[in-house]
Amino acid sequence: MMPSQVVALLKRCQLGRRAVIAFPLVWLLLFFLLPFALVLKISLSQGAVAIPPYGPLLEYADQTLHVFLNLGNYLFLLSDSLYIAAYWGSVKTAFIATVACLLLGYPMAYAMARAPARWQLILLLLVMLPSWTSFLIRVYAWMGILSNSGLINNLLIGLGLIDTPLRMMNTQFAVVIGIVYAYLPFMVLPLYAHLTRLDNSLLEAASDLGSRKINTFIKVTLPLSMGGIIAGSMLVFIPAVGEFVIPELLGGPDTLMIGKVLWEEFFLNRDWPVASALAMVMLLMLLIPIVWFHRYQSRELEE
Amino acid sequence: MSTVRRRPHFSTVMLIVGLLFLYLPMAVLVVYSFNSSRLVTVWAGFSTQWYSALFQDQQILSAVWTSLKIAFFAASMAVCLGTVAAFVMTRFGQFRGKTALSSMVTAPLVMPEVITGLSLLLLFVQMAQLTGWPADRGEGTIWIAHTTFCSAYVAVVVAARLRELDSSIEEAAMDLGSPPLKTFFFVTLPIIAPALAAGWLLAFTLSLDDLVIASFVSGPGANTLPMVVFSSVRMGVSPKINALATLIILTVSLATFLAWYMMRRNERRQITQRQEDAA
Repeated sequence: MMPSQVVALLKRCQLGRRAVIAFPLVWLLLFFLLPFALVLKISLSQGAVAIPPYGPLLEYADQTLHVFLNLGNYLFLLSDSLYIAAYWGSVKTAFIATVACLLLGYPMAYAMARAPARWQLILLLLVMLPSWTSFLIRVYAWMGILSNSGLINNLLIGLGLIDTPLRMMNTQFAVVIGIVYAYLPFMVLPLYAHLTRLDNSLLEAASDLGSRKINTFIKVTLPLSMGGIIAGSMLVFIPAVGEFVIPELLGGPDTLMIGKVLWEEFFLNRDWPVASALAMVMLLMLLIPIVWFHRYQSRELEE
Repeated sequence: MSTVRRRPHFSTVMLIVGLLFLYLPMAVLVVYSFNSSRLVTVWAGFSTQWYSALFQDQQILSAVWTSLKIAFFAASMAVCLGTVAAFVMTRFGQFRGKTALSSMVTAPLVMPEVITGLSLLLLFVQMAQLTGWPADRGEGTIWIAHTTFCSAYVAVVVAARLRELDSSIEEAAMDLGSPPLKTFFFVTLPIIAPALAAGWLLAFTLSLDDLVIASFVSGPGANTLPMVVFSSVRMGVSPKINALATLIILTVSLATFLAWYMMRRNERRQITQRQEDAA
């Protein structure tokens, strides 16, 4: 091969390589990153009775460029206690649900990882299967179970344990149950992945050296599965903070969550700038958990 | 384990409790879909009337068709995009924009849906103002939105497989003079095909299931199945939705069983292959 041909081939490879990198990069820049810049922009604009319902940020008039940066939407969020309560309610509910998920999911993943090899795939499919059916329908199932004339209340009244139905629907309890139910598979999966990779010889060494089972668990198993705990918790906590369907269907007027408030600002009040400001603040709040999750995930991706 | 356990391990008990927790509510849905009473919580005898009512509901049927169409095309595009992203992440070494790409690949996994939905809608509105496209929102905009978030899941599934895969096979092909593109299509792709299939199925179910993002980016014309179901269940429980739920659970269970059966068969074939090779 002539040297010039080699150079041409190298160039073509370089070009091809760039094109391959550009395909996902450009798509994601356009449809993932750019939209966030627009949310920021519209959160700084003024609401207007127009289509689309917001005012311009830049205006060219009288031969000068006017820039309207309006922090009013953010100040408005601070001034109304409803929004602060909604942020707090979301974080609190998501946190309780994440802890509950972890407490149930960890032993499940542990038992799966310790099960005989031929059982592991079946158990994994059994845990994941519900998440492949409909999310909406799984939340809906709890409406029939928790309501005042629902299954649990009918059962308890039928057994004579209570006279008046327990109020479970439209409470924070119902929202937590809904989140745990919907997100449990996403907690179990990364935990299981980490626990199966655990080297059994380490546990045997610990037990040979006289360590008690509980001690081995705390000193060996738990630290080695920390990556799974973080990944699983973030996979539950972050989406749960912005959850809309669960508080809408199972929560009541007193269970304020920010995803629902944002939805209402957008669809009912048609206040796009305030909805955008709500989204920006939520994103800012979740930035630390998202970066944390990303660090673990990218380590997994690139190894 | 050499010790004989008299009582089951705590974690085994929790696994059983967890599985019951996951499956009992779905079992309730299935049982009450055969209830003849309109009241979902009072049993009044066996009936299949809600299934016939479901199949006469034109709104639900056309929404099923819309959702299947969007999910098919979104999953297919997401597999292309996600596979390329995974390949670039695992095989290309360092390049400019790698951190940006890896952040944008993993972030949609946890991004709250209301934020993704709102941000994409604002993009489509802005684009329509500047370029005239998309003139009206509907199936096309939902397809773009679903492709974007589904490709993240595909990328994670495919990258996991690529990491396991011994890259020396690909290097050998290239040392023997196969160009990179040919190596990818004739060496890498056949080996990672099961991961692509798994990624496609995952993307398909995610797209079928999405309510929030579709509600934001859809226009007045397009109604997906979750949107129709949501507007119905928000009014309260409805036996027709129970019938629909039962059919969804049945379909997913059958597909999962089939996948399990095929995986087991492949595994056995590999084991016998290995035994024959050894003999």
